[in-house]
Amino acid sequence: MTVRLSVPQSAKRGDVIEIKTLISHQMESGFRRDAFGEVIPRDILKEFRCVYDGQTVFRAELFPAISANPFITFHTVATVSGELEFVWTDQNGVVTRETASIEVT
Amino acid sequence: MTLRAVIASLIGAGVLVFTITGVVAQSPTERAIDDADLKSGYDFQSEDTRALQDDDFANPGFLWVDKGAALFSEKAGKNDRACTTCHTDTVRSIKGAAARYPSVDEKTGQLINIEQRINLCRERHQQAEPLSYESEDLLAMTAYVAHQSRGQPFNAKTDGTAQSHFEAGRDYYYARKGQMNLACHHCHEWNWGQMLRGDRLSQGHGNGYPAYRFEWQTIGSLHRRLRNCDKGVRAEPLPFGAQEYVDLELYLAWRASRLTLETPSVRR
Repeated sequence: MTVRLSVPQSAKRGDVIEIKTLISHQMESGFRRDAFGEVIPRDILKEFRCVYDGQTVFRAELFPAISANPFITFHTVATVSGELEFVWTDQNGVVTRETASIEVT
Repeated sequence: MTLRAVIASLIGAGVLVFTITGVVAQSPTERAIDDADLKSGYDFQSEDTRALQDDDFANPGFLWVDKGAALFSEKAGKNDRACTTCHTDTVRSIKGAAARYPSVDEKTGQLINIEQRINLCRERHQQAEPLSYESEDLLAMTAYVAHQSRGQPFNAKTDGTAQSHFEAGRDYYYARKGQMNLACHHCHEWNWGQMLRGDRLSQGHGNGYPAYRFEWQTIGSLHRRLRNCDKGVRAEPLPFGAQEYVDLELYLAWRASRLTLETPSVRR
């Protein structure tokens, strides 16, 4: 799984920061059929969350209608220096984690 | 004139030429589209699609470029060497290399594209198994290598040992094929800019490949695109890596040569 993250390296306390995430995933909807007419089993990410300073600051549920390689962007408020943890969970509970650090002054 | 009428008249004209001359019309030797009119596939995309390609973070093609960069420095094969063992930024740099492809391999005399060059390197220098065409790893490495030439114009050699391949590619481009009896130039030289159902016909340049296509929901090679074109005119698509497609790639590179490489591009 390839992940791309865009998190500002530093911010002032109280600043609203933009965070962008991109993950490679086929998001197979479960509604398509292959060349033999067999249903291609569903294989999707179910949940995305961002944890910052011990708190979930953003959470999203994902569904079959979301296209491949989900691109999720959101805003949060810079509070403390530290790590932001990004967690994607697929339908079978398999977890992909990435972290990024931010310096808050 | 509607497109349907255009196609009908094309087919009619084809039958006429065939009955009068009995041979396929000779392929032109000059570029059919003036340099001033050359347009990348980018110019035919919607504003949103162009914005996605322009954003080096959001452009999903970069997932493969990133993966390719990792593979490029990963050791593989019996020789325990990585691509970066031979190719550094200063020695045998791959910057600009993709713009010179397809190119004739001196040892075999074959015209090869980037995918095939990567596999040749794997076999010769790494003693590794070749990657299968259109596999995730080969797409990633091709995207990474082609991305190193982004912004450069095509500069592939079309004379000398490459000349016969260039001519074969040109003949393929101008040959009618499939149940629709259409050749590449009927859409991409005579009718670019017109609507074909919901799509605007492009000039058919390969300068953004491997490209991320919404239709595919993934990145794909130029050969995948060419196979789609062949299916579109109801011709039998050739296998991935077919010599005819590599020859055609060289012709396409020549006819696009004022355009710069855009890999990874985003297309509808």
